[in-house]
Amino acid sequence: MKVIQIDKSELDAGLEKLESEFRLIGPVKEKDYHLFTTLTPGQKPDLEYINTRLSARSILYPQSEVMFEFSLDKNDENYAVLKEPQKDRQPTAVIGIRPCDADAYEVVRRNFDTPEYKDPYWLKNYESTTLVGLACSKPCPTCFCTSAVSGPFSEKNVDILLVDNGDHYLARLVTEKGEKLAESAGWNRPAENADETIEKMKLDAESKIKSEVATDNLASQALIDLYEAEAAIWEPEAFACINCGTCTHACPTCWCFDVQDETYGKAGFRMRNWDSCMYPLFTVHASGHNPRGTKIARIRQRFMHKLKYYVDKYEKGIQCTGCGRCVRLCPVNIDIRRICNKMNSYDPETCSCAVTS
Amino acid sequence: MTSYTDKIREISKRLLKEGKVDMVIGFTKGSVPMMNQPMFARNQNDVDGFAWDGNCGINLANYVTGRSEKIGIVAKGCDSRNLAVHIVENKIKRDQLYIIGVPCTGMVDRHKLTASVGGEIEAIEEDAAGKTVTISGNDFSETVDRVDVLQENCALCMHRNPVIYDELIAEEVPEQTEESVDRYEAVRKVEEMSPEEKWAYFDDLFSDCIRCYACRNACPLCYCPTCFVDESKPQWVGKSIDPSDIRIFHFLRAYHCAGRCTDCGACVRSCPMGINVRALTKKLEKDSLEYFGWEAGLTTEQRPPLDTYKPDDPEQFIK
Ligand code: SF4
Ligand code: SF4
Ligand code: SF4
Ligand code: SF4
Repeated sequence: MKVIQIDKSELDAGLEKLESEFRLIGPVKEKDYHLFTTLTPGQKPDLEYINTRLSARSILYPQSEVMFEFSLDKNDENYAVLKEPQKDRQPTAVIGIRPCDADAYEVVRRNFDTPEYKDPYWLKNYESTTLVGLACSKPCPTCFCTSAVSGPFSEKNVDILLVDNGDHYLARLVTEKGEKLAESAGWNRPAENADETIEKMKLDAESKIKSEVATDNLASQALIDLYEAEAAIWEPEAFACINCGTCTHACPTCWCFDVQDETYGKAGFRMRNWDSCMYPLFTVHASGHNPRGTKIARIRQRFMHKLKYYVDKYEKGIQCTGCGRCVRLCPVNIDIRRICNKMNSYDPETCSCAVTS
Repeated sequence: MTSYTDKIREISKRLLKEGKVDMVIGFTKGSVPMMNQPMFARNQNDVDGFAWDGNCGINLANYVTGRSEKIGIVAKGCDSRNLAVHIVENKIKRDQLYIIGVPCTGMVDRHKLTASVGGEIEAIEEDAAGKTVTISGNDFSETVDRVDVLQENCALCMHRNPVIYDELIAEEVPEQTEESVDRYEAVRKVEEMSPEEKWAYFDDLFSDCIRCYACRNACPLCYCPTCFVDESKPQWVGKSIDPSDIRIFHFLRAYHCAGRCTDCGACVRSCPMGINVRALTKKLEKDSLEYFGWEAGLTTEQRPPLDTYKPDDPEQFIK
């Protein structure tokens, strides 16, 4: 794969060239933290950032998205007809997405792009987006991507991988899409011995990751054993949980949504909004019955989904890229690393886990 | 804070041993800095998990709502006030509780500390005298005065000592007074704004809200079986992140807390975006004090002013 060198001093000029062809999105710090933001002309992403407070999920999958419009006006020819609104899907480039967030798109895609079902909204956004990744040379203490399904230099799902090398970036052009973007930006200077340098930096970054999860037994554990491990896992973990949904909202790999109709005067909108299995409403039936009516049942769903059902269904590891956001943001310290290790080490004979923390 | 920790463990052990309570609720050290976890102990062996330091800012009154056991509960000033509110509102009975009172010197502000450094905080240490806090991580270590990094609600707190308790774990700490802190300065600033400035202020305040409801769910007052934002028959509020729906959630929730909120700060501490939702509840606290001479959670004898009716109410509108 081709590696080019982009001097930091020439990055901005390249981004400006891209502005005519792409909607640019990048990490920007407006308050006390970074968030992905659509860049206005001339606005630059802050590539010195560590990671964004919220994940890159909303770039392809907005928290609230209108799917159809309709009219409640009887005289309107569109009365009670669902119509897909015109959407601006101009080519988009995300500048500086971290590998864990890019790999999360691959995880989500397994659900949104299957032979039986294709999510048109997500897929159209995905197809029109070029991902310019930024490798992590200084991983955080709560990052555990290497033992989840990602890594600080993972290029599984980026089109270009930028590696910060002092006064310049080494840019590996991973896909054709990436090559095209580099061409449009005028970045074309080949880098010398870059593969070797990148490999060294990659090993260095991986060795700095101190946090990990054990996942080797998850597939072979019997589903029902884990499900029924109330005393060993679910009860103690559920106690502190306030079912706030911070974890699922912050997570790049969560994909659940709820469909709602809203009206504004005579104009109607059918939209989808992110939902969370941590909320009581998530499963409540029209009859009022809630099959997942307790906190234990809800917390079990989140972790069983990420660490067991997904593992069994797709055989591609866990539904978690190890970005660490839920670990950092859960107000009461429900730590997926601890729970994963408990599930992995659970012994149904003794109903106990080898690890408790 | 090791003496506090030891004392909490000792009392919990004794209560469980003597069978005075079925469980004790307190805090254990979190797996990441600044995020201690509420935990329970049902037997004596578990009490060694208990810990106390400046990261116990979650309100534990939230964890006794509707429980039927006899509970020992670790309570700092604000938790004890919320227990009083719970008792008045029939969410728990006084004789179900054994309150282990913790004289409190304030909780450190995780949002402020996180924002003050470039990297992720890996460790936090408080000195034995309770004067400084040291935070460290990849390539940095900084020591700051503890008073400068307290949660805002703690810096303004007038009831650091538990108001109801069965046992105190230490000597009472000195209370702050109206003379030593100006607790409504921030509220007055907003009151003095023009309507346009207020609009801009609230617009900015909630601009990053993701409607996760951590603020609501961390709040001991928000115990309704179904919150108004979750009602579907009828549906009062839209579910998207439309700014007007977000504001309706916050403003209505704040009014539901009027005269009940103890300014414990659990809402702000829990918010993933660090949004100061206290900007609303603090104003209502000020109004409760000015109009009714009322501060929430100081008594178990009287219901909060907004849910009582008196035939001799001086206000004409009520008649
Ligand atoms: S695990 Fe934590 S973040 Fe998730 S719902 Fe429970 S309390 Fe909230
Ligand atoms: S489960 Fe937690 S660590 Fe894993 S991808 Fe989601 S937010 Fe990141
Ligand atoms: S079920 Fe829960 S954990 Fe799984 S994707 Fe949905 S919200 Fe996330
Ligand atoms: S916790 Fe914060 S982000 Fe979540 S609903 Fe409350 S104010 Fe909004």
